[in-house]
Amino acid sequence: MPKAQVLFEDIGVAVTVPAGTRLIEVSEKVGAGITYGCREGECGTCMMKIVKGMENLANPSLLETKVLQEQMAGRQNRLACQAQVLQGEVVVRPG
Amino acid sequence: MIAAPVRLRRPGGDFDAVPVAEDVHWIGALDPTLRSFDIILKTANGTTYNSYCVRGSEGVAIIDTVKAEFADEFFSRLEQVARYDEITTIVLNHLEPDHTGALPELLRRAPQARLYISHRAPLMLKGLLKYDGESLDFTTVTQGDTVSLGDRSLRFLHTPFLHWPDTQCTYLVEDGILFSGDIFGCHFCDPRLFNDHVGDFRFSFEYYYQHIMRPFREHVLTALPLVEDLELNLICPAHGPIHRDAPRGYVKRYRQLAESQLANEASQRDKTLVIFYISAYGNTAVMAQAVKDGAETVDGVRVSVYDLQGGEVTPFVDLIEEADGLAIGSPTINGDAVKPVWDLLSCLTQVPLKGKLGAAFGSYGWSGEAVGMLEDRLRGLKLRVPCPGIKLKLIPTGEELADCHAFGRNLALQLTGQAGFRVVDIAELA
Ligand SMILES: Cc1cc2nc3c(=O)[nH]c(=O)nc-3n(C[C@H](O)[C@H](O)[C@H](O)COP(=O)(O)O)c2cc1C
Ligand code: FES
Ligand SMILES: [Fe+2]
Ligand SMILES: [Fe+2]
Repeated sequence: MPKAQVLFEDIGVAVTVPAGTRLIEVSEKVGAGITYGCREGECGTCMMKIVKGMENLANPSLLETKVLQEQMAGRQNRLACQAQVLQGEVVVRPG
Repeated sequence: MIAAPVRLRRPGGDFDAVPVAEDVHWIGALDPTLRSFDIILKTANGTTYNSYCVRGSEGVAIIDTVKAEFADEFFSRLEQVARYDEITTIVLNHLEPDHTGALPELLRRAPQARLYISHRAPLMLKGLLKYDGESLDFTTVTQGDTVSLGDRSLRFLHTPFLHWPDTQCTYLVEDGILFSGDIFGCHFCDPRLFNDHVGDFRFSFEYYYQHIMRPFREHVLTALPLVEDLELNLICPAHGPIHRDAPRGYVKRYRQLAESQLANEASQRDKTLVIFYISAYGNTAVMAQAVKDGAETVDGVRVSVYDLQGGEVTPFVDLIEEADGLAIGSPTINGDAVKPVWDLLSCLTQVPLKGKLGAAFGSYGWSGEAVGMLEDRLRGLKLRVPCPGIKLKLIPTGEELADCHAFGRNLALQLTGQAGFRVVDIAELA
């Protein structure tokens, strides 16, 4: 299975994951500092910053895009409960 | 001069509106019997829910409403100064129910009025009013947006998180009046209403800041310049006295409060790590010392160790607010960390913690739940917990103390950004 790597900058841990993994599945397991509310892409609590590798994430759904807009998100922001890692390396941190 | 109190009731049963400036009236409500607010706050003489009515040549604005139980009092005061069909504008400085309780009824009575809320507020409005999404019309505003009332205008200040995500302030430009919402407010009920007439409310002002605004200290510091730049003739908060005498003094006080609680004499370049422990038989205490010694092998880190049994919570909270890292040691007693530790952790919501480094350690006898529970709690408080905690059985061996030493050193390396990255496979994670 194709692999990808997510680096959680705040705790200094890089995790190798199968392609298609959602960030939420990894970040909680390693104890990274991303916090979740609704866990289904509605509340915006889990907003994170993609420091590197935005192109390695699946495109945001309509719902995610809408919530990001409502939260005044910047171009670097994604929702960790929604974003899926597809390939390569992605560097994230809370916020 | 003793000012006349706001009349609670007129002989006919109506409530008075109180002029605060030309064509600006207080139309709020007094709640003198309240003793506990939002669970977390006490008040010794109640509170007020301040709502204001501003009349311009081409419109009337209502700024905030009151808690639902006080709607009658609010409407009675409003009716003294405006007809419902004159209301063009309703502004909510944030959507908390103590200020939006009378909103549904106000919208029914003044259906033509346009509702202005912060751009952060729509989802909350939906949650509060339980409307179906389409049926309520409103305009979202942000920093610098204005609404005209003809000869007067309202301008909005985007001041998020003070203390709700959707908090904003509203400024009556031509008159230099700031409707500041909960900011600069306090729970204090005195029918004389103005700061130069009411009893001594300074302690309430400070207390309100400490409990409501302090957790959002960075946001206070971001918002203050927006207010400091304004001409300020009057600050009209949503609770407690209206600041008519020397309003700018309250803004200055906020700046003092939001800047450092304690001057930190460590050099600016140094990172600070505070270690708190508690220990019944001394095992966790020995661990704390080893963690300290390990951390001190790294340059640029200032380490302090405290026994939780030797101090009160409040000054410890002040220390944590200023620290870059926090390590907590607790033995496991009856399957849990001990109460003084939880007491401290339960007070930390008073200060901003996001991004600080957290860590836990402790001695245990057979099951050792404390460390994991503390780590979960620290993560829940939004600290980053990069170094897996250390728990060891009963009396530490020399080797175990070396682990504690290494743990302390790792914390210090993390704090100074020298730790580097660890690579794991998702399959290795529990
Ligand atoms: C009243 C009491 C209850 C305890 N409960 C637990 C427990 O539930 N689980 C556990 O792992 N150890 C338990 N212990 C054992 C302590 O965690 C162990 O003695 C530890 O080494 C004490 O560390 P300290 O000397 O730093 O206080 C308990 C000890 C006492 C005195
Ligand atoms: S947790 Fe609510 S949007 Fe992700
Ligand atoms: Fe509030
Ligand atoms: Fe309030």
